[in-house]
Amino acid sequence: MTPLLEIDRLTTRYVSARGARVVEAVSDISFRLEAGETLGIVGESGSGKTTLALSIMRLLPPGARIAAGAVRFEGEDLLAKSDGEMRRLRGKRIAMILQDPMASLNPLFTVGDQVGESLRVHEGASRRTAWTRARELLTAVKIPAPEARVREYPHQLSGGMRQRIVGAIAISCEPRLLIADEPTTSLDVTIQAQYLNLLRDLQREHGLALIFITHNLGIVARMCDRVAVMYAGRLVEIGPVRRIFDAPAHPYTRALLESIPRLADARARLTAIDGQPPDLAALPVGCAFHPRCPKVEDRCRREVPTDIAVAEDHRARCWLAAR
Amino acid sequence: MTLLEVDNLVKHFPVKGGFFTGGGVVRAVDGVSFRIEAGRTVGVVGESGCGKTTTAKVVLGLETPTSGTLRFEGADLQTLDAAGRRRYRRSVQAVFQDPFASLNPRMRVGAIITEPLVVHEQLARGEARERALRLLDVVSLPERSIDLFPHEFSGGQRQRIAIARALALEPKLIVLDEPVSALDVSIRAQILNLLRDLQARLGLAYLFITHDLAAVAYMSHTVAVMYLGKLVEFGPARAVATAPQHPYTRALFAAALPSHPDERREDVTLVGEVPSPLAPPPGCRFHTRCPVVMERCAREEPPLVHTDGRLVACHLYSPTPGVGPWQPQRAAPGSLTSPSFTTGGAP
Ligand SMILES: Nc1ncnc2c1ncn2[C@@H]1O[C@H](COP(=O)(O)OP(=O)(O)OP(=O)(O)O)[C@@H](O)[C@H]1O
Ligand SMILES: Nc1ncnc2c1ncn2[C@@H]1O[C@H](COP(=O)(O)OP(=O)(O)OP(=O)(O)O)[C@@H](O)[C@H]1O
Ligand code: SF4
Ligand code: SF4
Ligand SMILES: [Mg+2]
Ligand SMILES: [Mg+2]
Repeated sequence: MTPLLEIDRLTTRYVSARGARVVEAVSDISFRLEAGETLGIVGESGSGKTTLALSIMRLLPPGARIAAGAVRFEGEDLLAKSDGEMRRLRGKRIAMILQDPMASLNPLFTVGDQVGESLRVHEGASRRTAWTRARELLTAVKIPAPEARVREYPHQLSGGMRQRIVGAIAISCEPRLLIADEPTTSLDVTIQAQYLNLLRDLQREHGLALIFITHNLGIVARMCDRVAVMYAGRLVEIGPVRRIFDAPAHPYTRALLESIPRLADARARLTAIDGQPPDLAALPVGCAFHPRCPKVEDRCRREVPTDIAVAEDHRARCWLAAR
Repeated sequence: MTLLEVDNLVKHFPVKGGFFTGGGVVRAVDGVSFRIEAGRTVGVVGESGCGKTTTAKVVLGLETPTSGTLRFEGADLQTLDAAGRRRYRRSVQAVFQDPFASLNPRMRVGAIITEPLVVHEQLARGEARERALRLLDVVSLPERSIDLFPHEFSGGQRQRIAIARALALEPKLIVLDEPVSALDVSIRAQILNLLRDLQARLGLAYLFITHDLAAVAYMSHTVAVMYLGKLVEFGPARAVATAPQHPYTRALFAAALPSHPDERREDVTLVGEVPSPLAPPPGCRFHTRCPVVMERCAREEPPLVHTDGRLVACHLYSPTPGVGPWQPQRAAPGSLTSPSFTTGGAP
C-alpha cells in the first residue's frame, strides 16, 4: 500500500544573496508516514525541522530551494505540482499549524471570517454556511461561548485560545495530514496539556495523520507513535517511540534522553552533552555529531555515516549501528 | 541557617485604564511568605503571570514591595543602614533567562564579569584581570574568553558568562529566573550541572524560577507553587513533585510531560484559563478552575496550613469551620522548620 506521505532523499538548501553561504538545512532525508499516524520530529534549534515542514508544504522562503529528492503525498509527487495545484492542496489536504498563532491570524478579520475562509476558498461555501461551520469548529476545539467568539478579533483572545483557533482553521477542510510546528511552546503547562489532548482527540476522530515538530522529548513520549531525530540537517534516527526511548541506536539520541531531568530524579548529575550544536554553514567533516560524540571513532571523522537499518522500522545514521 | 525570610510580601502595580480595559491594580504578588536556607535551593513554579519574576525582583531590590517584610540573615531590610544595604545587594545576585539581552554587547567579557567588582570594590585593573580569569575558570570558560565580546559566544557560553558575573561579588544567594529556558536542549544539562556544582563548592543558595517542572524537582530542595499571586503549596521538592497535595499543584504536575511513553500521570485536566490578576476571584483564587471546588471556596480564602510535611492553602486541608468562632490556624513563616523541610528532597 502506498503510504500517505513519502519523503525520499530530500535535500533543501538556503543560499545567501551572493552564494557565499550555503546551508543545507535538510540533507538527504527519507521517511514515510501512514494514514492516521503521529510522527514526532525532534531536534535542537536550527537542526532543520521547520525547513523540512516548509519543504513538504512548498512554502519555502525565497533563497531556499529543494535541491534533490521527492515528496509524495497520496502517491503524487508534490514537487512536480504547479503553484496553483499546491494552493488547492494546502489547507484542504495538508494543513499546518505554526508556533506563533498570531503569525497565522489576520488581526483585521474576525475569528468567524478566518475560520470560515478555507471553506469558502476550497469548498465554495457561502458566507453564511461558513460562519455556521466556524461556530461548529470552535465548539470542536472546545472554545467556550463560540457564538460570541466568532465575532471577536484575535487580539481579544488569550494565547491558548488563539492556538485553538489556528487548530480550528487547520482542520476546517478535514485534511489528511496536519503538520504542527511547535504549536505549544508559547503555552503554559496546563494549557499545553489541554491543547495536546485536543489535538489527539481531533486526530482520532478524523483519522488525521500528524507530524508534530518539537524540541521536547516529553511531548513525543506523550503524543507520538514514531519519532524522527534531526541533527544538523540530517535525520539521524527514526523508529517507534517506545523503541527509541528504550534502545536508542544513535549516541545523540541516547545523550539527549539522558540529559533531561525527570520528575523523580535521584541522579547526582545529569549526563550533559559536551560542546554545542554545529554551524550548518561549517559542518564538521564526517559525522556532524563527531566532535561531541562519546563513541567517536576514526572513521566518524572522515565519512558521513549512511542510513542503516537497526531493526524493523528503526534506522540510524551512525557507524556504530552497522554492528 | 535561614538566609532570607520573606513574610507576607505584597506587590501591587497600579495600572491606568486603557482603551479596552479599565484602570485598577494588578495584584502580582499578594501575601507570599517563604524562606530560603543557606546553601539550599527554593524552586518557584506556577503559570505565566502568577508573580514569580515580581517576587524575584523584590528580593533583588529591583522593585519596592507594597507591603511585607524581607529579613536577610535575621535583619529586616527596611531597617538597614546604607552600608547594610550595600552588603545585601552584594550578597544577592541574579541570572536571567535571556543571556543575549543581559550582557552589554559592547563590553569585553573580562570587563563584563568584573564590572560588579569595579563598582563595589574600586578594584585596580591588574587585579580585576586576575579575578576575571579565576571566575572564567570557575564556570569552565577558556582563558582567552576574557578579551572577546558576548556575540562571539553561544547561548550556553553566554549563560556561563552571566553566572561568572553573578559570582564576582561572592554572593550568598543567586536568583535564577528561567536560566536555561532560552538554551538548546542539549546545552541545558551543562548549565544545570554547573549550577549544582557551584552550590556544592561555594555553599550558594538559589531562588530558582522555571516553567520546567522536572528541572525544578531535580534542582530544588524546597518547592514553592504559586497561583495568581498566592503561594498555594510549599514543601520538600520530592514530596511536592511526586505527591502534590493542593488541587492546583496536582493539576500542574499531572500536566507535566512524561519522560517515557509508558509513564502515566494522574488524569487531571484543568478547564478554563488563568483569571486576570486585575480582578482575582474571591475566596480561593483557584476556585474557578478547581476540579474539587466546594461551596465555601468562593467565599473564604483558605489559609496556609501544615499537612503531610508541607504547607498547603486549600480548604480540603483546613479545619472545617464549625460551631463557635473559628480561627484558621495560620502557619507563621517561622514555623516552616518541621524536620521534613530540612531533610526532604535533597538533590
Ligand atoms: N530564511 C533563511 N535563510 C537562510 N538560512 C535559513 C533561513 N531559515 C532557516 N535558515 C537556516 O537553516 C537552518 C535550519 O533552520 P530551521 O528553521 O529549519 O531549524 P529548526 O529546526 O526549525 O529550528 P527551531 O527549533 O529554532 O525552529 C538553520 O541553521 C538556519 O540558520
Ligand atoms: N511593572 C508592571 N506593571 C504592571 N503589571 C506588571 C508589572 N510587572 C508585572 N506585572 C504583572 O504582574 C503579574 C505577575 O507578573 P510576573 O512577571 O511576576 O509573572 P511571572 O510569574 O514571572 O510570569 P512568567 O512565567 O510569564 O515570567 C502579571 O500579570 C504581570 O502582567
Ligand atoms: S557515526 Fe561515529 S561520531 Fe557519529 S554518532 Fe556514530 S559513533 Fe558517534
Ligand atoms: S480551596 Fe477549594 S477551590 Fe481552592 S483549591 Fe481547595 S478545594 Fe479547590
Ligand atoms: Mg523551527
Ligand atoms: Mg517571569
